[in-house]
Order: sequence, then C-alpha cells, then structure tokens
Amino acid sequence: MARFSHAVGNETYRFDSLKDVMAKASPARSGDYLAEVAASSDGERVAAQMALADIPLKHFLDEALIPYEQDEVTRLIIDTHDAAAFAPVSHLTVGGFRDWLLSDYANETSLRALAPGLTPEMAAAVSKIMRVQDLVLVAQKIRVVTQFRGTLGLQGRLSTRLQPNHPTDEPAGIAASILDGLLYGNGDAMIGINPATDSIASICAMLEMLDAIIQRYEIPTQACVLTHVTTSIAAIERGVPLDLVFQSIAGTEAANASFGISLKLLQEGYEAGLSLKRGTLGNNLMYFETGQGSALSANAHHGVDQQTCEARAYAVARHFKPFLVNTVVGFIGPEYLYNGKQIIRAGLEDHFCGKLLGVPMGCDICYTNHAEADQDDMDMLLTLLGVAGINFIMGIPGSDDIMLNYQTTSFHDALYARQTLGLRPAPEFEAWLQRMGIFTQADGRVRFGEQLPPAFRQALAQLS
Amino acid sequence: MLAKLLICSGKRFRQQAGSYEEQHVPLAAKDVIMDNDIKGSTDNPWQELRRLTPARIALGRAGTSLPTSAQLDFQYAHAQARDAVHLPFDHAGLSAQLAERGRPSLLLHSAAADRHSYLQRPDLGRKLSPESAQTLRDYAQANPGGVDLAIVIADGLSALAVHRHSLPFLKRLEEQATADNWSLSPVVLVEQGRVAVADEVGQLLNAKMVVILIGERPGLSSPDSLGLYFTYAPKVGLTDAYRNCISNVRLEGLSYGMAAHRLLYLMREACRRQLSGVNLKDEAEVHSLEEEHAQDMRHNFLLDAPKV
Repeated sequence: MARFSHAVGNETYRFDSLKDVMAKASPARSGDYLAEVAASSDGERVAAQMALADIPLKHFLDEALIPYEQDEVTRLIIDTHDAAAFAPVSHLTVGGFRDWLLSDYANETSLRALAPGLTPEMAAAVSKIMRVQDLVLVAQKIRVVTQFRGTLGLQGRLSTRLQPNHPTDEPAGIAASILDGLLYGNGDAMIGINPATDSIASICAMLEMLDAIIQRYEIPTQACVLTHVTTSIAAIERGVPLDLVFQSIAGTEAANASFGISLKLLQEGYEAGLSLKRGTLGNNLMYFETGQGSALSANAHHGVDQQTCEARAYAVARHFKPFLVNTVVGFIGPEYLYNGKQIIRAGLEDHFCGKLLGVPMGCDICYTNHAEADQDDMDMLLTLLGVAGINFIMGIPGSDDIMLNYQTTSFHDALYARQTLGLRPAPEFEAWLQRMGIFTQADGRVRFGEQLPPAFRQALAQLS
Repeated sequence: MLAKLLICSGKRFRQQAGSYEEQHVPLAAKDVIMDNDIKGSTDNPWQELRRLTPARIALGRAGTSLPTSAQLDFQYAHAQARDAVHLPFDHAGLSAQLAERGRPSLLLHSAAADRHSYLQRPDLGRKLSPESAQTLRDYAQANPGGVDLAIVIADGLSALAVHRHSLPFLKRLEEQATADNWSLSPVVLVEQGRVAVADEVGQLLNAKMVVILIGERPGLSSPDSLGLYFTYAPKVGLTDAYRNCISNVRLEGLSYGMAAHRLLYLMREACRRQLSGVNLKDEAEVHSLEEEHAQDMRHNFLLDAPKV
C-alpha cells in the first residue's frame, strides 16, 4: 500500500513510507545500493525528491523512520524536540524549507535559534533536494562556536587536528610528527593520536606525554587519544590528565551497541570529562567521529538510507555539547562511497546537516586506496568545505597516515586553505604562533618566521 | 632531442620559481632575483626528525605548498597502491609454482564477477560462486574424512602482496604444520575473494581449521602487505570476533618466520582450547609491549630538552 506517490510526466511513482521516499530521494551512492534501498532509476530518484519536497516538515514529528519503542536515538530525537524553536518553519514543506534556508530569513541568528527545533531527519530531507552550492551557501551562514582551551568555529577561522600517528606508537616518532605539524602552524583543534595499541597502560602514557608537551610549550590547544569511551573513563579514574573524551558514534541504537556504547555510557564519559575541569575557556569536551555507512556496516540501519542515519548521529552528538564532531567521510571504503564525486557530496551533506542541527562540524577529508578518488578530489572537497565555513580539518604529514593507511589533508593543505580563502587559526593559537615566531597571517598570506623558535631549536639539539 | 627538451624544461622551471619569489622581496633585491640560483622551494631545518618516523615530515615547502619532488613522490606512491588494487590475480603462476613443490591446488572464484563488483559488493566477495562451491563439494566427496588445516590464498585488495609473499610464507608455515602432523588441504586459490570466503571453503572441506592468506588494503608506503586470518571450526556466517588476524606480513613489516611462529602458536592454542577469535589473543606478547611503552612515552626530544 503506497503511502506517498508522485505523478510526473506520464509516470506515477509510489513510495511505501517516509523512509522509502527519503532513501530513494538520496543522490546516488554505493552504500544505498548495497543496502538495496536506493532508487532504481534516475527518474525514480527525482520523483522521490519531488514527493519529498511536498511533505510537510510537521509530518516528520508523526512518522518516525525507526520506531520510538525500538531505538533510543529516536527517543532522544523526539523527547528533546523543541516545539517553540521549530515554530518559525513549522508551516513549511521540505521544499519550502529549502527556499526559506536560501532566503534572507535564514541568517546566523535565526538559524542558531532554529537548531533545537529541527530533527536530523528534517535536515537530511532538505539536504537531499539541495545542490552542492546550496549546501555550501546555507552552511556558511551558520556559526557553531565551542571552547575548551581555544575557541573554534568563529567566522573566518579554520582549525586543524594535528594527527601524529605512528604504526607502533613510538614516542619519538609521534613527537617528530607533532613538531613538524606545529612548525607548519597546525594543531589548534587538538593534537589527537589514533593509538596502534589499545591498552589502558599505553593510552595513559600517551595522554601524559601530550599533556606534558602542551604544558611545556604553553600551546593553547587540547589533547586527545582516540580510544573507547570506557578506556577514557578508566584513564580519568587513574588520575591521568585527559582533555577531550573521544568516541565513535552512529545514528541508531543498534549501531551504537556494535561500538559498545549507549547514550547512558556517553553521559558517563561526558561527566567524567567534566569532573576534571581542565577547560580554561569553556567546557565543550566531547570529540565524536562519525561517517556515512557505519550503521549499514553494523547491519543496524533499519532500512534507512546512510545519509539519514549519519544525520541522526548528530542528534546523539549535540546532546553532549561536543567540542568537535568529525565526519570521517572517505575512510569507510568504496562499498559505501564509491568515488570522489560521492565522497565530495557526502562531506558537504554531513557538514551542512551537522551545522543546521547546531553541531561543531569538522571533516576528515579522506580516501582509501581502493576508492576511485585521489588528491584532486580531496582538494575540491577541502576548497568547498573551506568556503562553507567548516570548523576544522585534519592535518597530517604529507597526507599519508602511516598507521591507519589512508590519505587525509596535510599540514600543507591547511595552509593552502588559509592562503586561498584567508582563513586563520583559532585566535588563541594564532597568537601563540605569532609569539613563537612560527608564522603570521595578514590579508590571507602566510608568512613564516625567519628562524626556528628557540624552544624548538633546543629540542632539536637533543637529537644531534 | 631528449636532452634538449630536458634542458628547456629545467630552465622554464627556474624562471617560474624566480618570478614567484619576485613578489615577496623588496624592489632593491630585484636584480638578485633574476639570477638562476634562486629556488622557489624552502627546505626545513628539522630534517633530522625524519629518522624518527616513516611519516612524511620535513617535506619543505614551495610558498606554503608541497615542493615538486615531494608532490611527485606522493603521486607515485598512490599510483603504486592503485596499481596493486587493480593488478589481476596470477593464479596460474601460483598454481604452477605450487605444483613444482608437489603441492596440489584448486582454483575457485568468489561470487563477485569482476573488480568493479568486488569493490562495491563485499557480500559477494565473501562467498563462493555456485560453480566453485560445487567444485569443492565434489572434491570433498572424492576425498572424504576432512583435513586438519585448509589453506586458502585470495587476492583480496592487493594481488601484489599475494604474488610476492604468499608462497615464501606458506613454505615456512607448511614445514611447521607438517612437523605437527597436521593433514593439509590442497591450496585453494580464490579470485576476487574476501576474508570470510575462507570459512565457506573450510566448511565445505570439513576442515578443523582454516587459514587465509590475503592481500590487505594497500597503504601509500605498503602496497604489498599480506594479511593472515585464522578460524577454528570454520563455518559460513562467522563474524570477525571468531577470527584471529596477523597483519602486515612483508619485507619491511612482519617477517615470514615471525608470522609463521605467531600463527602456529595461535593454531596450537586453538586446538587445545577449541576456539579462535577474541578469546584467543596472544596476551603475553601484547602485555610486554605495553609495559615498555608505558615507561617510554614521556622521554622524547620534545620533553627532554632543557628549558630556554
């Protein structure tokens, strides 16, 4: 029994449910084909987009894509929905909402006020009928500012996570990549290590090392070792200095269960982090990573398309007032996002949906060697996200992650975005770079200092 | 003609570099700029850090971008990784080499028809094609009684890894397996295969254990990394939680001897405890590594330096 139908030309297209319309309206990507939820033709896809455009936003409050009784993420979305915030757009259809977002009614103030009134499904729905330029233009209007030891997300700023990974967690190797990154002006979002060894002892040792480096050189940034939230809680209980609490999250209860987490456990991690009171400017301290396809790969997608599942992860994220949320867009592989075109579109959708929902979005602009993508594709996504006002990107030596075996944005790539788009680091970090004599930035142009900073010259002298 | 072209392009490069610098220097220095000694790229004075990590650090910069040589080095590494992903599986070559050693082999195909569908449909790579499944059933019927260890070689995401490392590694493994008096299956070669296809092979051959040698997803600096996955009591539908993995077998990574040693240890433990996977980790070894790191992390050049 078709619940939605749309007639166009001589054809009438029928769709079983809101979930079905949403999936078939999604721009083509391999993961939705793998899940067998995608439109079967280009015509059906656009007809689904037309049908979706006619659906009132209010309908999303009546028809849950994943049943309320079965899924705690749905319960979180419905139970925390702010009807008053929703009021200004509650009369609109999805298509009308797109027009409203592009109009002058939507500005920094009105969009900030609207965020708690939107569900992730509404954000996902409107993104499906937006072109790349719409995703960029609307996202650019939104500011989501967060603070810990630095301030992220301000207008005209772009931050980087310095990711000094090493295949065997060698301290000197990690330190070498950290110094290289700092000397290229990277690391204001955080210095964040993906550990090769996931044991509590080595995690604690890495956290102490990062804390000592940050203190020693008085770097206005925050540290993170990307380990399971339960390991972070254990480290906090041992009295180890921990700034940001990391966790991978997804948009369904079952997918989160496959990560070994629940909303309750995330709350415990958040409270453990808060108990340390380590933020000097603010208390945003959760760091979440997400990515389209994660629910499907855990076979926990409930027949919902992967982009909508991803947007639901942002509802999980925003509940814990995160410092940063990172969509690791091209990491998951070509069975979910096949090529550069799909990765680019997904990165922009994620950034748009996250920002619309009030989440401080960054993006790991990345690809694996079995995806049909290359550095040119990453340059396009980086440029587009830079224009769209993304909060942060990754910074890694020469784009090559030698531990995780994938390619992401390099220290140099961040400088490219600074030069071409005039984007500056977080203000506290910018001042540190200037004080250290690493670089200054005026009228967009980056000017490096003539000499190595004395403190780092001392460190390098240890090696000779 | 070739030499002339090279000289021309070299000269053009220097001129470009010179004109770039021109924007950044005071006018008084203009005469110097036109000199062909000027180069547009800047080396980093922290080159010695490179011996501490294989990461691409201290690359220098042209303006703020990658210098030409670093840029092309990266492109070549990516090209090698891409070529490894798309290199066809030379099963005939492997089969011939195995025959020389007196080892029989069977050639099978997964349900993924080609590389394109292999990359987009992991589910197809995890199961045998109907014809291949029948081949194995026929073999098992003709050779009843099962085996202790079924050995599978699949191209995975890098046929290059398999071509380079599977046979030398297998030689080490089989020497030790024979010493343990384990009966072995023919070497089952699976084209367009993923890890879980080994469980179907093991089940159809009625094997007590199965090990698959498979090409791992190529990294930029490791296009030829071989992975080993081991399952006790294999059957269709098992998840990763039931497997043990030994990764990064290649010349610059884990040696054949060490990999065979670890795998044999796991297999002997698996036989003793009748299980594999997360409940069968090589705990003693992991533990000693951890302790070493726990002590070392706070001593590195950034933290040992005297304060300025």
